[in-house]
Amino acid sequence: MIQFMALVRKDLRLFFNDRRAVAVGMLVPIVLASFFGYLFGGQGGNAETSRVAVLVIDEDGSNISRGLIAQLASDKNLDVKPATMDTAREAVRKGKATAAIFIPKDFGKDAGHALFTGNGKPELGVLYDPSHRVELGMVKGILSGAVMQTVSKEMFTGKSGREMVNDSLAQVENNPQIAPDVRHALTDLLGSVQKLNERQDAERSRAGASGQLDSYGGLSMPYETREQAITSGDNVEYNGYAHSFGGMGVQFILFMGLDVGIALLTLRQTGLWQRLRAAPLSRTMLLGSRTVSASLIACVILIVLFSFARVVFGVRILGSVAGMVGVCVAFSLMTAAFGLMVAAIGETVEATRGYAIMATLFMVMLGGAWVPTFVFPAWLRKLSVIVPTRWAMDGMDNMTWRGLGFSSAIAPIVVLLLFTLLFDAIAVMRFRWRTD
Amino acid sequence: MLEVNGLTKAYGKLVAVNGVSFRADRGETVGLLGPNGAGKTTTVSIIAGLLSPDSGEVLIEGKQVKSDTDPVKLKIGLVPQDMALYDQLTARDNLIFFAALYSLAGAKAKQSIDDALTLVGLLDRANDKVGTFSGGMKRRLNLAAALLHDPQLLLLDEPTVGVDPQSRNAIFENLEVLKKRGKTLIYTTHYMEEAERLCDRIVIVDHGKVVANDTLPALHRLLPVTNVIAVELDQADGFSPEQMLALPEVKAAEVKQSTLRVGVHDLARGAPGVLRWLSDHGHSYHHVSSEQPNLETVFLTLTGRSLRDS
Repeated sequence: MIQFMALVRKDLRLFFNDRRAVAVGMLVPIVLASFFGYLFGGQGGNAETSRVAVLVIDEDGSNISRGLIAQLASDKNLDVKPATMDTAREAVRKGKATAAIFIPKDFGKDAGHALFTGNGKPELGVLYDPSHRVELGMVKGILSGAVMQTVSKEMFTGKSGREMVNDSLAQVENNPQIAPDVRHALTDLLGSVQKLNERQDAERSRAGASGQLDSYGGLSMPYETREQAITSGDNVEYNGYAHSFGGMGVQFILFMGLDVGIALLTLRQTGLWQRLRAAPLSRTMLLGSRTVSASLIACVILIVLFSFARVVFGVRILGSVAGMVGVCVAFSLMTAAFGLMVAAIGETVEATRGYAIMATLFMVMLGGAWVPTFVFPAWLRKLSVIVPTRWAMDGMDNMTWRGLGFSSAIAPIVVLLLFTLLFDAIAVMRFRWRTD
Repeated sequence: MLEVNGLTKAYGKLVAVNGVSFRADRGETVGLLGPNGAGKTTTVSIIAGLLSPDSGEVLIEGKQVKSDTDPVKLKIGLVPQDMALYDQLTARDNLIFFAALYSLAGAKAKQSIDDALTLVGLLDRANDKVGTFSGGMKRRLNLAAALLHDPQLLLLDEPTVGVDPQSRNAIFENLEVLKKRGKTLIYTTHYMEEAERLCDRIVIVDHGKVVANDTLPALHRLLPVTNVIAVELDQADGFSPEQMLALPEVKAAEVKQSTLRVGVHDLARGAPGVLRWLSDHGHSYHHVSSEQPNLETVFLTLTGRSLRDS
């Protein structure tokens, strides 16, 4: 026990004696976590999200095109500005605008006809920045809703809409190619629209209203959404810093584990290794003490990070504290085992450092430490369960902002401990204890 | 105390140690002398249990080191060739750690540490970080770290590499004290002066093999000559030393630059004959001295190579 305690104490003293390294080791993850936390929502509702820049080229100039532009501009997610075709193309190419919508001449007229007959649909051109495909989907969704609302409103209430209804009614009645039963149905529909328009005119006269296009009428979205963030409880907002501090903690602790492995490889090339080996010291004792000291250091880093996040950004463990402690301890043990495995597999320090950094970044990236896994494609989300960091992140998220109970920490803890056993087994099997 | 029997260790095709055998009795200092790459460190590493031999055995007081935690290891103190210290810790903290590796703690550890620091003259620097020490001080602390558990057998692998003459002397004095205390020392070096000064017996190793193993006087007796007469000639051009081999006392003769070296067994009988022969043959000289052959000469004689050239 004297030997074990001495080995652990020595490792801790060597780590914490290097105050500059400790400060950098704590400061860098704090800075990065603060930055990522701000990007991913900060402290809930107060976070300001950037609007998607959209340019509109209006070559139609109709009531419908103007209404469409107004509808788009009213959306809080879009920053809509007029442009010419050339300036729009240039802006998208330079990344200054995410998309540009081109409204061609006679769009309003053609869209009105197409609404009732389904024929001669006009095309809306959309130029987009290929690096913003996610935003493109959102722009197209908003555009679809806006077109339906604007065109239908004009068709049912606007002056040009009435003319188009009358024209369409005449076309339907005189078109021999339309089957009698279809003609009858369309005539009824368009006639009803005419009657509706006349009734609205009468109501407008009585009310003395101006009869502006967008005052009432037309089709509208048949639903409204009521958004509610499901967090740990009512009136508890999502705190983006909870995830980012967990993520950066995971990343930097993994790098610390990697350093433990590299240090062990380096130690083998020194007289210190000979002195350790000459003492009556077992392999289990040496590797075990390294596991404990690295785990303690990892726990200290996590405590410092989450304490900072608690004080500065209000991150709280809203779930089970015991679960959070369990996840952190299991992750720390896994990290230490990872470091030992690196030392066991590695041949030279230089080569080992290269592939171990690659493996670490792979785990960090797939585990959702940089960006949450929900932005991954479905297949990648499924694949990410193969890396222990995914379980650490899930466990920390569950215990912090999701506010879940201890039962939600059990799976992450068990999986992390299984990874620990796996890595330790590889380390013990492959570790070259003797110097030959 | 120590018996090394037929040790062999190969790395692929390179045989680093090839059937090395020797023994060291309690209180004896045995030098392993050989050039770099001769297999000295490999031999010491096998004795310390750091390496397994391909064949052969090491017995310490009749027992082999059978496992990493074998109590036999408590009898061994290793001073590695590379510095084995933590620069970030103080001298005392280093020694506290190394003492703990041998399960020493508390008052007993403190006493051992103070004794070791006193021996190597670093007690007044005990609380300074090792990183602030000179190379010589580090070497002395490196020695102290091996003494804490009071081992009977000390393995010293080139403990004076890279130190100044003053520190080297200090280390020699420390080792002489340990020798007086009855410790068995195995001392590897490629400096013949160190082996000559410290060692009771010298094992000369070359290419992994023991080429000689005896006391210093006995090694000298291996040589064809035991004395050398050095004559500074006024004119060495055209001098042919081979002619001198006709003299009955002369065993060897060579001329380098203007110095004639003549090997004889008996200086009193050989010197007058050599000087008379020079006068008779018209060779004048301005200085005569005698030299005793050293380990360098022994190594040269046994291997055909100089220690420093190897």
